[in-house]
Amino acid sequence: MIGDRRTPTALIGAATFGIGEAPGFTSMDLASRAALAALEESGLSLSQVDGLFIALPNDFLSGLSFAEYLGIQPKLTNNNRTGGSAFLTQMNVAAHALAAGEIDVALVAYGSNQRTGVGGLVSAAGPNLYEKPYSPRLPVSGYALAASRHMHEFGTTRDHFYAVAKTAREWAMLNPEAFLRKPLSREEYDNARMVSDPLSVLDCCLVTDGAAAAVMVRKDWADGRTAAYLLGVGEATDHYQIAQMPDLTTSAAKASSARAYAQARITVSDIDVVQLYDAFTINMILFLEDLGFCKKGEGGDFVASGAIGPGGQLPVNTNGGGLACVHPGMYGLFTIVEAYRQLTGTAGDRQVAADLAVAHANGGFLSSQVTAVLGSAATL
Amino acid sequence: MQATRPDKEYLEFLAQGRFMLQRRRPDATPFFYPRVAEPGTGSTDLEWIEASGFGTVHATTVVRVRPPQADYNVAIVELDEGPRMMSRIEGVAAADVRIGMRVHTRIVPFEDHHAVIFVPLDGETPTEELQP
Repeated sequence: MIGDRRTPTALIGAATFGIGEAPGFTSMDLASRAALAALEESGLSLSQVDGLFIALPNDFLSGLSFAEYLGIQPKLTNNNRTGGSAFLTQMNVAAHALAAGEIDVALVAYGSNQRTGVGGLVSAAGPNLYEKPYSPRLPVSGYALAASRHMHEFGTTRDHFYAVAKTAREWAMLNPEAFLRKPLSREEYDNARMVSDPLSVLDCCLVTDGAAAAVMVRKDWADGRTAAYLLGVGEATDHYQIAQMPDLTTSAAKASSARAYAQARITVSDIDVVQLYDAFTINMILFLEDLGFCKKGEGGDFVASGAIGPGGQLPVNTNGGGLACVHPGMYGLFTIVEAYRQLTGTAGDRQVAADLAVAHANGGFLSSQVTAVLGSAATL
Repeated sequence: MQATRPDKEYLEFLAQGRFMLQRRRPDATPFFYPRVAEPGTGSTDLEWIEASGFGTVHATTVVRVRPPQADYNVAIVELDEGPRMMSRIEGVAAADVRIGMRVHTRIVPFEDHHAVIFVPLDGETPTEELQP
């Protein structure tokens, strides 16, 4: 039946590569290294991959170029582009194709050298006729406009944004892979250069190199292996340009998470650990509300309470997130890798007790929202 | 008039000093930006109507730039007719633009065509040309 994931698919390998600075590598090199590391962890070989899923920032035919680079001839190639959420939409397709028996081994990968290679964030989206005259600094200004509205309606403040940025650093300090492993003082935060009010440079995600990959198979292939299980995926999109967003303070994450929870047959209180796409500090507040972890308008107080940090009641972005760990242009797949690591007990000093994880990714200007529910073997 | 080439017709109206919106006939809520069909219904039975030019600031940001360029405003304006659009509020310091502020359109030259900006009601005269 549609929407039922009683026969879940399994992630049996997930890896990162080149987080931070990886000079000399192309984006494809980085994606390939992460892919090979994920395959090695899975115990499968490259030749067994028959479903390939990828979207590189500046290669619009990367489904073709990646297959050629790896030297494989996949039965199914998917290069869906919804911004940073693309990889979770691809996993949704992969899960269906696996369940249908169309493919046996799905490889999902991403890589970018945009810190050392091209010297700045690569954006696939430029302003159009109805945005260009006003020179919004995209993507930041899009999120800044949403933030202004949240502050207006709910009294959210930069104190709350600081809590998000500071907490990301606290997690990053527990993660040897993270790029920014130092605390963030209030003074440093307050003195940061404003980019598009109310967001300063320290409210924006990093620009780093990095790659991530995951290997997915049907559940029966995973028997006896270390695995995390994909219990549900929900997608939703309700606009593209920020001025067309139906409600600037409620994103389509409300709908995507409801779909994912229903598929996985869980409620929000069952969730042990959360990985969110924190492209900007406001995202964390919006998504915690929209995913149901607190009421609409209370996200600021929720993050300031310490709930989401190390030792808190709801660990969020345990790797340090896009704000402090890694952000090579599109972060979505890193939410999956970190969820996998938490569920398989391989997260080192930042490990939390978790059987049920949510990974949530955002694309465009709060435009595409995709929520994935993953569980340990105990949740099957 | 049937809107068959929405961007082109929209810009031609602006060149005549008219800020026009599309709506489904006879009197559906107008939408923005211009399209070949009404979003959501796909109806192509459209007409152009002249906007009142009045709106309210719905969201606002100040884009910071390096001197000697001046910081500038980017806003989302909710038109009195209903739809929202990205624009810029001029005639007031970028940082003094407030959500809820009542504003009115000005049509200004931009590149080789025109664009709609807004000024506060009772505000000062804006600059003549949009300079990003």
